[in-house]
Amino acid sequence: MKIAVTTSGDSLAAPMDSRFGRAAGFLVYDTDTKVLQVVDNAQNLNSAQGAGIQAAQTVAEAGANVVITGHCGPKAFRVLQAAGITVYNCEAATVQEALGLFGEGKLLTASDADVEGHWS
Amino acid sequence: MKVVIASGKGGTGKTTVAVNLAWFLANCGRKVQYIDCDVEEPNGNFFISAHFSERIPAFVMLPAVDQQKCTSCGECSSKCRFNAIVRLPGNTMIFPELCHGCGLCLLVCPTKAISEDEREIGIIERGMGWGGISFVHGVLNVGEPMPNPLIRKVKEQGLADHIQIIDAPPGTSCSFVETISDADLVILVTEPTPFGLHDLKISVEVARARGRSICVVINKDNGIFRPLEKFLEERQLTITARLPENRKVAEVYSEGNILLEELPDYRAHFSSIAAEVFRQSENLMHSPMGVLP
Ligand code: SF4
Ligand code: SF4
Repeated sequence: MKIAVTTSGDSLAAPMDSRFGRAAGFLVYDTDTKVLQVVDNAQNLNSAQGAGIQAAQTVAEAGANVVITGHCGPKAFRVLQAAGITVYNCEAATVQEALGLFGEGKLLTASDADVEGHWS
Repeated sequence: MKVVIASGKGGTGKTTVAVNLAWFLANCGRKVQYIDCDVEEPNGNFFISAHFSERIPAFVMLPAVDQQKCTSCGECSSKCRFNAIVRLPGNTMIFPELCHGCGLCLLVCPTKAISEDEREIGIIERGMGWGGISFVHGVLNVGEPMPNPLIRKVKEQGLADHIQIIDAPPGTSCSFVETISDADLVILVTEPTPFGLHDLKISVEVARARGRSICVVINKDNGIFRPLEKFLEERQLTITARLPENRKVAEVYSEGNILLEELPDYRAHFSSIAAEVFRQSENLMHSPMGVLP
């Protein structure tokens, strides 16, 4: 299983980024191979609209099954849902902490988008 | 002839000027059409009282994906500047609220999986108001983020043999730019306050950058506000009229009445504005590309 965590860094000790669409990037952790992959989201930081949608497409392309983030808007949520990705909300400080909480089953799935999108 | 009445912010008396100019011109025996392009908050008909004889829904193109034909190549989503289309394996999704209907995705799709559908964004209403003023406005659907296609369609209703009085949306955003794009005269309504001046400066920049003829009407005039006078002087802008501040103006407005009927003192000011309109239309007649009236 692949887990994507929003972050501005490139290691397990990196701080979590609470934003989804405008996160600096994602760390994708493969629980089977224990491989950590850095996925950039920088091209999205400046997009005028639809950043969340593009970010969702990016994590789907990276093969993620799970996304752990602070807040995810409604449109991004729809894309993630369509891609069969489960979203978990988490306020952890670091990526490692977030993965730990997830492993212990302590995170709640986001049942719906928790942040109003720009247009809605 | 197309005369746009605009102001940088709401509440400066833009609609008052537009409505009363239309009234004045109609009373001069001119053929007048009132076009309310403030599609997010159209209130011109509160004054013109047109009885609508026609209601036309307005649509924009919305792409539709045939998932059977789609090979998930991602061409569409990588080319769409508006991030309105997303490619997921076996499911290419469109977000109508982000789509600008530009049609690029249709062109780039190698398997012709995308076809043209449409989406209603609002409605255009037309009719005749008092004094034989022809009236048209657009009403944008609630929550619809893109007013410009509707503004364009409302303007397409313009009658070439009428003086078109076009009420622009407030602000200096792209819907303002869309509205003034082909105006023969832009009348900027401002107030003698720092806020009014700030917005006026931006409006002047935008309108000048588009090569429009501009004149200025100062509303709620209460003496001389130096910075405004200085700015107008520097830019060599004509002050076509100064409408004196008067509590009764707001009362007349809130009751949906016509200022020039209730307070005839203001007629002289509108006569100056009308004169500017006629002067511009003269210029047009004598220009090589002359259009009338
Ligand atoms: S029509 Fe234009 S804006 Fe709409 S999805 Fe296609 S490319 Fe994007
Ligand atoms: S360009 Fe056409 S085939 Fe490619 S993903 Fe888009 S809809 Fe599918």
